[in-house]
Amino acid sequence: MSSTPKHSVLTTKNLAVGYGKAEKETVVNTINLELKAGSFVTMVGINGSGKSTLLRTLAGLQEPLEGEIFLEGKPLNQLDSATKSLKISVVLTSQVISKNLTVLELVSLGRQPYTNWLGKLTEEDKAEIQAALAATELENLKHKACYALSDGQLQRALIARALAQNTEVILLDEPTTHLDLHHKASIFSLLKKIARQQQKTILCTTHDIELVLSLCDELIVLHNNTAIQNTPEALIEQGIFENLFPGINVYFDKTSRRFLIR
Amino acid sequence: MKTRSGHSTKFTLLGVGVLLLLLLNIALGSVYIPLSAIFKVIAGDDSIREAWTYIILDYRIPKALAAVMTGSGLAVAGLMMQTLFKNPLAGPFVLGISSGASLGVAFFILGGSALGLTAILQVHGWGTIIAASLGSFAVLSVVIAVASRVRDAMALLIIGLMFGSLTSAVVSILAYFSPAEELQRYMFWSFGSLGDISWAALGILSLCYSIGIGLAFSITKNLNSLLLGDHYAQTLGVSLQRSRFVILISTSILAGSLTAFVGPIAFVGLAVPHLIRQWFTASNHWTLIPACILGGAVLMLLCDILAQLPGLPITLPINAITSLIGAPIVIWLLIRKKKLLF
Repeated sequence: MSSTPKHSVLTTKNLAVGYGKAEKETVVNTINLELKAGSFVTMVGINGSGKSTLLRTLAGLQEPLEGEIFLEGKPLNQLDSATKSLKISVVLTSQVISKNLTVLELVSLGRQPYTNWLGKLTEEDKAEIQAALAATELENLKHKACYALSDGQLQRALIARALAQNTEVILLDEPTTHLDLHHKASIFSLLKKIARQQQKTILCTTHDIELVLSLCDELIVLHNNTAIQNTPEALIEQGIFENLFPGINVYFDKTSRRFLIR
Repeated sequence: MKTRSGHSTKFTLLGVGVLLLLLLNIALGSVYIPLSAIFKVIAGDDSIREAWTYIILDYRIPKALAAVMTGSGLAVAGLMMQTLFKNPLAGPFVLGISSGASLGVAFFILGGSALGLTAILQVHGWGTIIAASLGSFAVLSVVIAVASRVRDAMALLIIGLMFGSLTSAVVSILAYFSPAEELQRYMFWSFGSLGDISWAALGILSLCYSIGIGLAFSITKNLNSLLLGDHYAQTLGVSLQRSRFVILISTSILAGSLTAFVGPIAFVGLAVPHLIRQWFTASNHWTLIPACILGGAVLMLLCDILAQLPGLPITLPINAITSLIGAPIVIWLLIRKKKLLF
């Protein structure tokens, strides 16, 4: 962790996220985050703590209930969708995508914000696509249809699509669900490598807290309707993880940095 | 890319198929007319028997052109619906447009006599066309009004299906109280017919067709983004509301005008996009839309040739023929592929 992250890219000010228009149902409030360029940040919290809601709000897919989001200093809601698409890309696992697409077609769609109305790929677009396939080690699979891919391969293809979009910020919603330990670790390492090498800001929600504790630069912990952002070490020191899960079944062991079951 | 050359071969095949079937469609019919005579009529030679000239110019050519527009228009509309709703079972009529047209025609034929409208509107046979247009337009307005409120595409799909059920219920009630003769006229309309179309009607139909297809091409890039789902499409810079609106308008114009002029035509809009997707192994709408235009025309011309039973004086209902051919195709695709993907 030698290269220190530079300027802040995505910040929030007293942000509250949740559902509803007339009758607001706030899930998380007073969120003050600061995501820096080149940093790999993960967001953790129990089911229903608002991870996906916050992620969607940061991506501009959902309106915030209160507060503001700033992208490179500018309010996010003042950017049109075309501009946003050049700045923020997402990897969502819950979306139903056409499985008829080949990996190459899927990754190529990441270039849509850059292409003309015919969607014609220029040499630059093709180079970006090639680079995204190379970074995710998908070159050999590029002509395979998505329905023929394993979960891990599909996840990598979705990440490659976001890379091809070449945005400062990449937001990922639980990219490691349904994956085994090996593939989980390889996805997280890949994300960290991308953040470092391409100076991208990567925020990723996950349930694999133990795994990301040793990999990410910072964590955002959603707990009791608030969000706490800090480095893994500081959070462990503060004892944040001890109370993360309700009840007495699961507890956090500081020395081994592991969750244990009583 | 590796598929480029393969696609152009397939496009050529489809193009040649359309031309051959178009010629065959005009050549075959209950009355035998030699090919040489057909070419002479098209070339404007008036030495040919008057009856033949009439049959070719005022019956067979408009019918063949109507078949081309019906097949291609419904196939493109079906493709757009499958992409928009991310549902392989969506077709051009999921929004209840054909039910709307049926309702309009049912009111006109079955309920019309009670109101004394039939005699007034019956002039020149435009009555059913106007009634069907009004019916589909009414449903279309409701669907678009609902679409701006409902965010979920699946809800819209279910609302469309519910509209279908509602209208068919009203049609049943109307049918229950109608005399047999009127019921039969309604039945004949619901069989669909490519044959009764005049050049004037064909002109209006081609205008609607051109607008619908033009809109489809204007939204093609966004259709590709929608393959990834609404959220991904939005983060790729697609305005969801606007794209959905354009897709709905295009589909409604295509399906609505075609139903108004030729009656309800089943399965073409559902089966052709699947056949094209499997054959071309493509997902890019810049390939799929032109391929569906050609493929839809081929299927419809073929169905029409079968429906008119060459050499026999009878014509089978076209709607039955498209179902007889379309349904087994969908079943075959399902068995072969185990899964239909949009």
